[in-house]
This record gives sequence, C-alpha cells and structure tokens, in this order.
Amino acid sequence: MSEPAVEAIDVTRSYELEGGVVVNALRGVSLRIDTGEYAAIIGPSGSGKSTLMHLLGCLDRPTTGALRIAGTDVSSLDDTQLAQLRNETIGFVFQSFQLLPRISATANVAMPLVYRGTSRAERIERARTALESVGLGHRLDHRPTQLSGGEQQRVAIARALVSQPTLLLADEPTGNLDTQSGVDVMHLLEQLNTDHGVAVILVTHDHEVAARARRRIRIRDGLIESDDGAHSVADQSVAP
Amino acid sequence: MRFAEAFRVALDALRANRLRSILTMLGVIIGVAAVVILVAIGSGAKAEVEKQVEGLGSNLILVVPGSLEIGGAPSASRLELTDVELLGRAVGDASAVATTVQSGELVRVGDKEVFTTINGTNETVVNVFDRPIARGRYISAADVDTRRRVAVLGSSSARKLFGDVDPIGRQVTIAGVRFRIIGTFVDVGSTFGVDRNAEIHVPVTSAQRLFGVERIDALAVKAPTIDSIPAIQKRILDALAEKYPGDKFSAVTQTQILGTIGQILGLLTLVLAAIAAISLLVGGVGVSNIMLVSVRERTREIGLRKALGARQRDILVQFLIEAVLLTSIGGLIGIALGVGASLAASALSPLPAEISWWSPLLAFGVSAAVGIFFGVAPARRAGRLDPVVALRTE
Ligand SMILES: Nc1ncnc2c1ncn2[C@@H]1O[C@H](COP(=O)(O)OP(=O)(O)OP(=O)(O)O)[C@@H](O)[C@H]1O
Ligand SMILES: [Mg+2]
Repeated sequence: MSEPAVEAIDVTRSYELEGGVVVNALRGVSLRIDTGEYAAIIGPSGSGKSTLMHLLGCLDRPTTGALRIAGTDVSSLDDTQLAQLRNETIGFVFQSFQLLPRISATANVAMPLVYRGTSRAERIERARTALESVGLGHRLDHRPTQLSGGEQQRVAIARALVSQPTLLLADEPTGNLDTQSGVDVMHLLEQLNTDHGVAVILVTHDHEVAARARRRIRIRDGLIESDDGAHSVADQSVAP
Repeated sequence: MRFAEAFRVALDALRANRLRSILTMLGVIIGVAAVVILVAIGSGAKAEVEKQVEGLGSNLILVVPGSLEIGGAPSASRLELTDVELLGRAVGDASAVATTVQSGELVRVGDKEVFTTINGTNETVVNVFDRPIARGRYISAADVDTRRRVAVLGSSSARKLFGDVDPIGRQVTIAGVRFRIIGTFVDVGSTFGVDRNAEIHVPVTSAQRLFGVERIDALAVKAPTIDSIPAIQKRILDALAEKYPGDKFSAVTQTQILGTIGQILGLLTLVLAAIAAISLLVGGVGVSNIMLVSVRERTREIGLRKALGARQRDILVQFLIEAVLLTSIGGLIGIALGVGASLAASALSPLPAEISWWSPLLAFGVSAAVGIFFGVAPARRAGRLDPVVALRTE
C-alpha cells in the first residue's frame, strides 16, 4: 500500500575541485524510501552520507541520475519550485541544530511557515503547538543560547514538524548530544514516524540508534554496500 | 506577509549590530546633511540676489573696463576723470554720470581707528544712486573742482569714530591726510554681510591724489527711462571705443550684474551639491561593504532559511530591505540634521539659508536609491548562496 516518499535512481554526485580533480562523493545510488518508513543510513566518515541526505532533501541536485520526491521528478523543477517543495514536504534536523540565536524558540520553529505565507498569528499558534508536542511548552520564549543541547535539538525537531512534512531528514541528530538527550530525541523521531506516518531517514554513527531503525542502509565509498529493507526501484508496482 | 516578515528580520539584524549600523549610516547622514545645507545656503543666496534685483527697479548703467561675464578676468582700469564729461556728452546729461575710485584706507579720529573703503566720487552720486543724506550735505561740484578735503561718512563709520558726538564740521585723518566732515549718510542695509554703512565718500579728485592714482574705477550712468537703456548703453560703448580703440568695456545694468551673480551662485550651488553628492556615494559604498560583511556573517542563516523553503527572491528582498533601511534611516537623520543646521546658519550668521521643499525630498529619494543600488550586489550574492555550502560553513 505504501507509496514512495523519495526515490533515487542511479544517482551520482561529483565535485570538481580547483585544478581539475574530481571527487566522486556518490557513484550510483538507487534507493526508495516509502511513506511511513524509518531508515538509518550508516557508513564510515566521508562515504557520502551527508551528500546523499542533501540530495534527498533537494538542497542539492545530482550530477547524473534522477530523483523523485512524492512522484515528482526534481530535475524538472526550478530553484523556486524546489524551495517550495522543501518547504511543503521535507523537514530537516541537523547535527548542529541550526537555530538562529537572536530569536526565540517560537520564532525559530515558526520560520518555515513564513515562507509559506501563513499569517503571523497562525504561525505563532502552530509553533507553540509544535513546541508543546516536543515537551518544550515551558520554553517558548527562550533563545537557543538559553537552552540545553537536548532542548535545542527538540526545538529543531519542532521546526521540522511544524510544516507537517511527509519526509524528515536527520543528519546525525544525536551527534552533539549526551546519551540521555540522544535517547529523548530518538524517541521523538520514532513517535513522529509512528503517530504521524512521516518517513524518517537519519544518518548515524551510533550502533544503538541504528539498531532501533526498521531499515539500515550501509554506504561505503559513494555506493550502497548493504540495505536490509530494499525495495525494487525499477518496478514500483511491487509492494515491499 | 513575507514582506512584513522580511522587514522585521532586516530591522532585527540592524538592531543586533547597532553600533555598526550607526557607523554605516554616518556616511549617508553626512552626505544627505551636506546636500541639504549647501542647497539651502546656495538657494538662499540666490533668493537674496533676486530680492535685491526686484528692489532696484533701476535705470542704472555701470561702466567698467573689461568684460563682465562668468570666467572673464578683471582688467586694469584705463578710465580717467575726463571720461565723466565724455559720457555726459554722449548721454546728453552730465548730471546723470557718476564716477568712483575706491581703496581701503585707515581712518583715524583721536585714538579711534577704523579700516574702511574710501570712495572717491563726484557730486552727481546723490542723483544717480539712491543715497540720501542724514545730516549736512553731499560733495559739491566745487569740492571736486578744487580738490577739497571733505568727507561724507556712512552711519556705522560715524558711530565708530564719533560715537554720539555730531561729526559735522569735525576732522578725520584718512591715510594720514586731514579731511573735514560735511555730511553723514542715512542708514542702508548690508549686502551679504558687507556693511555698506562703513563707506566714506570724498571728492574723486582728492581721492586720486590721496591714493596717488590717475585712473577711476568705474562710471555709473542713470538712464531717464528703462526703455532708453539699450540706446544709452550703445552710445556709451561707442564713445569709449572711439577714445580707447581696441579696449574692451562693459556697460551693464545692475539687473544684468545681479543676474550674472545669480547665475554664478546657481552654478556654485550645483557644484557644492555635486561634491556633497559624492560623499553620499561614498556612504553608499560603505553600505555595500557592510552588507557584504553581513551576508558573509549570516551565511549559515541564509542556508538554513533556504533549506526551510526561502526562495532566492525572499533572501534577496530581505537583504535589500536591510540596505535600504540603512540608507533611508540615515537619510532621514541627515535631513533632520541638514534642516536644523540650515536654520541655525540663517539665524546665527549672515548666510541667508533657505530650505527648499525639494532638496530634502531629493536627498531622501537619492539615499533610498543609493541603498537599492549598493544593496543589490550583496543581496544577490546572498540570494544565490548554495544552501549546502552555506549549511556546511562553520
Ligand atoms: N563541496 C564539496 N567539494 C568537494 N568535495 C566534497 C564536497 N562536499 C563533500 N565532498 C566530499 O565528498 C565526500 C563525501 O562527503 P560527505 O559529507 O557526504 O561524507 P559523510 O559520509 O557525510 O561523512 P561524515 O560521516 O564525516 O559526515 C567526502 O570525501 C568529501 O570530502
Ligand atoms: Mg556527514
């Protein structure tokens, strides 16, 4: 019954450095993540995990290969349409939280809605609800610098879910957190996945975190080395 | 909605770097204030000249050696006293021709001294110019013919030298030579801070001996009617051309002179405003510079906003608003400063500053335009930032 939330078909990404040296960060990756899936991407440093996440999140375009988000071929979209796609369907959680230090937790969470044209009152209302859902109803007006690392990452998760995305990408979300905060954040992501059916893809170095995922994709040298829940990308009619 | 938010964000960013914002604005503030002040002073001076032209309504023709136009160099006078009669014959009325030879001299009465303009003139001056006598009499034809050492004092010179004492019949020493005072002038206004009440008139013949010269500086002819001016101007120039072949003279009305002065002032105002505008431009470059710094500092913020769905245009508008806010707030402060300084200048100094309605508007428009012009490059750079690169930046 599941539909693909995101599909990568033989995607490569190479960087040309000054002097003509070409770095092949991804060398042909095919991958399909369905709505409601929960997948962990693991692999050694420099293997191309972040590069893949940026492509799946439409922050970057593949050098070759095709990318489909909710059935739409991304290469057919211009930058403005891509921005809209990100805004409406994708949520991001970063290792370094990426909160703006000068504004309150509420304002940080409300930010994606600004670029959707939501009214200010509704933005604040929805940001508040999102913050309450991550257990930060008592920290609405705090600035990021007045929050602990775990709290900051929960604010970031609230920001990712406030726009009700179908796909949530988290690049090492627990990388900067102590064990307990990490566990809290993982619980939140899992809850988001089970309660709201959001597809979650997370990159992690933590084996315990990876073990909790329902699917593990291992990357090495820009290629998928193993995938314990692979769908057939070529034949989309086949149910997983 | 997005615009209002971009405005809020821009204002927030300026507030977060308050000192830097103010310093950046300073260039614009100074530029705008300078434009407003200089235009005010320039157009004030011009207005004063025009007011005097209106007040003259005069049939007066001034005759000076050389050509009287912008850029024309003054030439040494070859006019001499006999030219008074020459022009009297040319015009047909000797009483309509006045002459002057001037020099600054030290004037002393007892232990009081003033340095002032000594004006050597003839008896027709009271007829030709409107210089009413307050007390005593003016210089007579006999005074001129017999080279009498008599003097008529302007009101301020009289006050400085004699205080409340009646100066008529008393002596003054001009450049070491004693003169007897025969009259005083009625108080006249000052022009551009030059006090015309300080003048002292003596017979032209006595002045020539006193200064040790043969020349006269200028002649003035009063035409009977305004309509007769062009014909009289021609007769004057013809007579002089005949006597001094090859020399150039000018016979101009005061209206023409003041018109020329007005033209010069207009040009001067323009040049000053242009110089001030350059400082506005420099201010704009400062804004551009700071905006580039701001974009660099907020690379991660820009990347984040793009990741969350900001379009290139959203980012561009945000930074453009920031630049325009910088310059237009600076512009408003500059206008306030410029208007204040102009009002102070006209109240406290002889500079007749006059604030025209258009110069603050223009200055504000220009400063906002400067913001857009110099903000576009940094804002575009911000808009084009690659979100991945921006997010990876530490
Ligand atoms: N902008 C770039 N220019 C050149 N090379 C790049 C660029 N971005 C990434 N790379 C290279 O691509 C490869 C993959 O990088 P990536 O960040 O995806 O690794 P990663 O798997 O996320 O590593 P880590 O676990 O350390 O975060 C690396 O060799 C990296 O040096
Ligand atoms: Mg990485």
